[in-house]
Amino acid sequence: MIDPIDLQLIVAIQEGLPIVARPYKIIAGQLDLEEQEIIERLSRLKQQGLIKRLGVIVKHRRLGYQSNAMVVFDMPDKLVKQKGEQISQLAFINLCYLRPRRGELWPYNLFCMIHGKSRELVLQQLTQLIDSCALNDYPYDILFSTRCFKQRGAIYSIDK
Amino acid sequence: MLNTFTVSKDRTCKNNLHMDKIDRTIINTLQEGFPICSSPYKKVAEGLRISEQELLDRLKVLLESGILSRFGPMYHAEHMGGALTLAAVKAPEQNYDNIADMINSFPEVAHNYAREHALNMWFVLATETPEQIQPIIQTIENKTGLKVYNMPKIQEYFVGLKLEA
Repeated sequence: MIDPIDLQLIVAIQEGLPIVARPYKIIAGQLDLEEQEIIERLSRLKQQGLIKRLGVIVKHRRLGYQSNAMVVFDMPDKLVKQKGEQISQLAFINLCYLRPRRGELWPYNLFCMIHGKSRELVLQQLTQLIDSCALNDYPYDILFSTRCFKQRGAIYSIDK
Repeated sequence: MLNTFTVSKDRTCKNNLHMDKIDRTIINTLQEGFPICSSPYKKVAEGLRISEQELLDRLKVLLESGILSRFGPMYHAEHMGGALTLAAVKAPEQNYDNIADMINSFPEVAHNYAREHALNMWFVLATETPEQIQPIIQTIENKTGLKVYNMPKIQEYFVGLKLEA
């Protein structure tokens, strides 16, 4: 279970940190705590991994990353870990996961994401990916996104 | 008790806007992290060789213009007790927008993208507990009349969503 004060803190800062010189002091005031305690709790939450990252979260399309491609491979189970780790070394790979295959329509188990500035660039990166990780022998597909309907992180609240 | 849900308002992703070199440096630096100390902006500003006030002002503009979606924490959903999964449907073209609206209406749907494949709609479900994933999938299947292909993460090899501004 998450400590109740940590929970209050998680909820208090989820929409963003105050953009003022002493942001943690402002949060401390809201929660009726000392600034130092906020600093200690946040440091611990970060160290424990509950806070994956503290910083800016960008809208990739607004930064000019218009082409978002999901690249998928049907990789033999005994090779998938090695190939997944190899693929993850490439600078332009943003995410890499093992997921289950789903029958004839979806024979792929290794998923990675490339966020690129153009389709041409992403296709070049795909070629580079296949060459440098020796993926020629495995069936693959590339699924560009054509529309983004919804993009939002989770919101947390506390039951009263 | 911790609840998790997503805002159901649809957001269309828009195009990029003008930024100068300092803005780009701020974005790149703050994607790496933000200090946890009493004057964190001052510390970042010193590293960037700008004043604390300039950093505060620029950050506000970047947030208002929508280049940044948020400035704050990114939580680890599973460590928070929640669950995530990636799912897809094969939506008939003639009914595509209706299906998108139906799926987006679920607060558990965090992202939804059209993609080029027979499985042409891909969405992420985020729930409060792992046990809630299957029922929500069942509900989406009932509502849309489509089979939902559920592809939960089995293993994570890499997550490093940092984009050079």
